[in-house]
Amino acid sequence: MLEIKKLNVSVEENKILNDLTLSIKTGEVHAIMGPNGSGKSTIAHTLAGNPNYRVESGSISFNGSDLLDMEPTERSLDGLFLAFQYPIEIPGVTNASYLRQILNSHRKHQGKDPIDAAEFLKLLKEKSAYLKIPMEMHSRFVNTGFSGGEKKKNEVLQMDLLDPKLIIMDETDSGLDVDALKVTADAVNQMKSKNRSLIIVTHYLRLLEYIKPDFVHIFQNGKIIESGDSSLASRIDKEGYE
Amino acid sequence: MNKVSKDNFKQEKYKYGFVTDIESETIPRGLNEDIVRIISKKKNEPEWMLEWRLKAFHRLKSMKMPTWAKVEFDEIDFQSLYYYSSPKGHEDKPKSLDEIDPKLIETYNKLGIPLNEQKMLAGVAVDAVFDSVSVATTFKGKLNELGVIFCPISEAIQKHPELVKKYLGSVIPVTDHFYATLNSAVFTDGSFVYIPKGVRCPMELSTYFRINASETGQFERTLIIADEDSYVSYLEGCTAPMRDENQLHAANVELVALDNAEIKYSTVQNWYPGDENGVGGIYNFVTKRGLCKGKNSKISWTQIETGSAITWKYPSCILRGDNSIGEFYSVAITNNYQQADTGTKMIHLGKNTKSKIISKGISAGKSTNTYRGLVSFHPKAENATNFTQCDSLLVGDKSKANTVPLTENSNNSSSINHEATTSKISEEQLFYCLQRGLNEEEAQSLIVNGFCKEVLQKLPMEFAVEAQKLVSISLEGSVG
Repeated sequence: MLEIKKLNVSVEENKILNDLTLSIKTGEVHAIMGPNGSGKSTIAHTLAGNPNYRVESGSISFNGSDLLDMEPTERSLDGLFLAFQYPIEIPGVTNASYLRQILNSHRKHQGKDPIDAAEFLKLLKEKSAYLKIPMEMHSRFVNTGFSGGEKKKNEVLQMDLLDPKLIIMDETDSGLDVDALKVTADAVNQMKSKNRSLIIVTHYLRLLEYIKPDFVHIFQNGKIIESGDSSLASRIDKEGYE
Repeated sequence: MNKVSKDNFKQEKYKYGFVTDIESETIPRGLNEDIVRIISKKKNEPEWMLEWRLKAFHRLKSMKMPTWAKVEFDEIDFQSLYYYSSPKGHEDKPKSLDEIDPKLIETYNKLGIPLNEQKMLAGVAVDAVFDSVSVATTFKGKLNELGVIFCPISEAIQKHPELVKKYLGSVIPVTDHFYATLNSAVFTDGSFVYIPKGVRCPMELSTYFRINASETGQFERTLIIADEDSYVSYLEGCTAPMRDENQLHAANVELVALDNAEIKYSTVQNWYPGDENGVGGIYNFVTKRGLCKGKNSKISWTQIETGSAITWKYPSCILRGDNSIGEFYSVAITNNYQQADTGTKMIHLGKNTKSKIISKGISAGKSTNTYRGLVSFHPKAENATNFTQCDSLLVGDKSKANTVPLTENSNNSSSINHEATTSKISEEQLFYCLQRGLNEEEAQSLIVNGFCKEVLQKLPMEFAVEAQKLVSISLEGSVG
């Protein structure tokens, strides 16, 4: 699914990722843990193609394609989804019309007709109920004035609608209370499948108690200093990163 | 927030840039007393109208073009222009549909304005002005039954002289300023609307202005009177062919609202903006002013300005009646080398008068977009209030946005609440949308339409969707 080799990435003049190598197979769940500033979010944004993250050298192959050669839109349409740590507000655009537009963009890419309004509403109701999102939220403007929890749920909702092959969750647990965390984790667990891979970027153990990773990687200074199974996360939680 | 660095426009083809190949009746070039007389004669005008025009013409000789706006252009040679052009056979008055030259019907079909009443949008009556004449006015009969007068102004001058005499120039004096005075001397056609007492006009009234002839100026004159307790919603649309030359559209629009009357005036201005190098395009120098003459009257201007090489226009409200309300909702989009200097004046004369200004300026390419506004509270305007919100959005880093809000307050009981923001479409917003599978143009269009939402939703429903598309098209190519 994803093959990262000797990746070096800078933001402005600062080198953040240092010869990072990581391989993720289809169906696997990987957690990336690390202290603040270790480069965890950088890997998430680099994979999604954020232009502020400059790839100096190295390669990333995504389902056999050269990911670094693809525009952000193309990466999305080909099944890469990044759940943002800080979802962006788009004033004046209702969440419902935004969601429908991004869904239709993906449908178009798959050669399908746009979803009609009634069918979309049905789909939206179903998915929202699962995440305990009130329908009223969809008539508000995208992420505008949303609480931290609403924003994160809205990210997971988009993830669910777009049915991606590779999900990258950037600190999705931050800003969620226990109940919201559980609902969100349940929804993500439902999405786990042998055809889909997950990268969970997080500072804490708590999300990983709900979504069990197959592998845990500890980031320090832009590279992986230790990898292991889920027990590594528990150890870090007890002992800290130092 | 980071700006978007990609700012090279690839020009979306201007959909309305075609020329109708039709024989036209023109008069000699130039501006002189004879020309004024010829225009008046072509329109079969009574003597008083000619005198009115001549007064304006003589006054014009001592006037100068205003230079305070933030727009730059080469001097206009007013002697080189044609001041009148009419498709042959349509000089006198609008004909019934089967008498209209099929080429004209075809032209309006192409513009999406079918003149055949059966094919038209239900609930919208249209006056179609082609160069200097009105070629058709639809649904006249139906409106007549209610006593609503909706006709070309040239027809109103002949058939309703008492109303025209009373109100023409009553809001924009003949001697107001250069372009207004020029228009008063040489205006050719436009619409006349009278809504009688107590009538709520059941249809949207609209005028579609089309410039077709080259080297010809269009001098539109529109007069709308809403008598006591009446209501009307009026919309105008404008397009012109793509040409290398700059063409002048200098309009005067006057609105009068009597006691408890309301006029809602909407504009979708899509004149040819010139090409991506700034060659050609319409100079849109327009004077629009509404008088809330009666108590509790209301005038609301909504404008979507996407076209024209230069836009110079300040739809204003004079709030004379106590408790009267003036509103101005504007979206002005400039791209490539377009220049817009637009805004409003709210002149509070009466007690408890209220005004609201919402202006959204979007500048892309190498364009300049200026909001210029004046809110003035006169001594007798006790307890008057104004709310002003001016938001500018920059696309790319070569465009400019300016805000020039002026206020004059001559009493202590009035209040002004002003908010202004300038932002760039943030890289974060764009990237967020791209990450969800939208391409750059879709993402930008989504963000910009969101930015304009407050104003777009003020348009009559029949036109809101069209305007939304126009906003997207106007900015197409501003990324990538």
